Amino acid sequence: MDQKQFISSFKEALDIQDRDVLLLDEFRLYPEWDSLAQLTLIAMLDEEYGVSLEMKLFNNLVTVADLFKAVNAVSEQ
Amino acid sequence: MAYLEYSGIGVLGLSAAVPRQVIDNYSYTEHFPANDVKDIIEKIGVKERRFAGKDTCSSDLCYAAAEKLLSDMDVDRSEIDLLLFVSQTPDYRMPATSIILQHRLGLPDTTVAFDISIGCSGFLYGLSVAFAMLQQKGFRKALLLDGETRSKVYSPKDRKTAFLFGDAGVAALIGKNNNFMESYFSIHSDGSRESMIKINAGGYRNPSSAETVKEQVVDEFGNIRSEEQGYMNGADVFNFLIREVPKDVHGLLEHCNVDKASVDYFVFHQANSYMNNYLAKKLKLDEAKVPMSIEKFGNTSSVSIPLTIVSELRDNLEGSQKLLLCGFGVGLSWATTIINVEDCFITEIVEV
Repeated sequence: MDQKQFISSFKEALDIQDRDVLLLDEFRLYPEWDSLAQLTLIAMLDEEYGVSLEMKLFNNLVTVADLFKAVNAVSEQ
Repeated sequence: MAYLEYSGIGVLGLSAAVPRQVIDNYSYTEHFPANDVKDIIEKIGVKERRFAGKDTCSSDLCYAAAEKLLSDMDVDRSEIDLLLFVSQTPDYRMPATSIILQHRLGLPDTTVAFDISIGCSGFLYGLSVAFAMLQQKGFRKALLLDGETRSKVYSPKDRKTAFLFGDAGVAALIGKNNNFMESYFSIHSDGSRESMIKINAGGYRNPSSAETVKEQVVDEFGNIRSEEQGYMNGADVFNFLIREVPKDVHGLLEHCNVDKASVDYFVFHQANSYMNNYLAKKLKLDEAKVPMSIEKFGNTSSVSIPLTIVSELRDNLEGSQKLLLCGFGVGLSWATTIINVEDCFITEIVEV
């Protein structure tokens, strides 16, 4: 799974335009993060990666890198 | 898994009632800034919805819809052997609202009447129960009433739910005719996800008390509600259902050997437009075959499927039409059905 492509899709899903997204960013602290942004992120993971993360797992993810790793792990299963 | 199958039974007519009071979501800004509200509306697609007044219950909306249907179709009320009331906003904890409606609608005391409490998939449950009971030789007609006053359930200070829900009631007349071909139902339950959409207090697990009616800040976003108001984790529900609903729709089509292209209309529970558009896209459906009423009436829980049919398909159901209906939500519970309607009688929407 391409990391660059993942970050670009992630940025687009959260509609972040004014800055770079870094792997160590804690995405829940973004001003764009709310329950509506979460919907778009979930739709992106389903559409582009065919991945649906169990919410128990998702709720424990802190950084963009955590998310990337989790999506990787699930899509390889 | 088992699918339910019936033949020779179908929906003869359908009517709907909504409260007269229109809520314009763009001006529903008492608790949140107008800009935030605009962003929410853009995502969920609810521009307007209807709110019932203090003295109007789900049963009143259903009663108005039923009176309209029975008089417009000139139905002999003594032929109604079954009355079902589908709702999670009944009049009382007891007796069952269906029994009250039996008397109010002037139905005979031989009518079988009971309530079904299930939520967003409820209309399909109601249909399947009505179809099943009408297989009895003696049963002639069933009246399926489905009503919700969701506006009374959710906190206007919780942005996750404040702009989404509306009130409505419908009545469906179900009867026998050899022209009705096979109908198929697929029904699912997953109680492990019971906390995703919930009213925690006011039942017998957590009875009402001074504590349960107190408003509290419930999350880091400053949303406020009491334990007796509805809670919904929309993202969790979305995450689960965008996987399960397409699977169920495909599974049913395959089981009954129906080609997607031969379905005239796909009517989904009106959850929110983001979810509905996503499901339609994922299932690769032609937009023209997927009617939506979310913009006008919001999410009316179990009522939204039949309400969408009355509101959007009134002039399109002449002759024989194949419908795929799909409801999903609280429980979690989800269901898909494929039915044929034959010159289905549809009234205008009644305002109460």
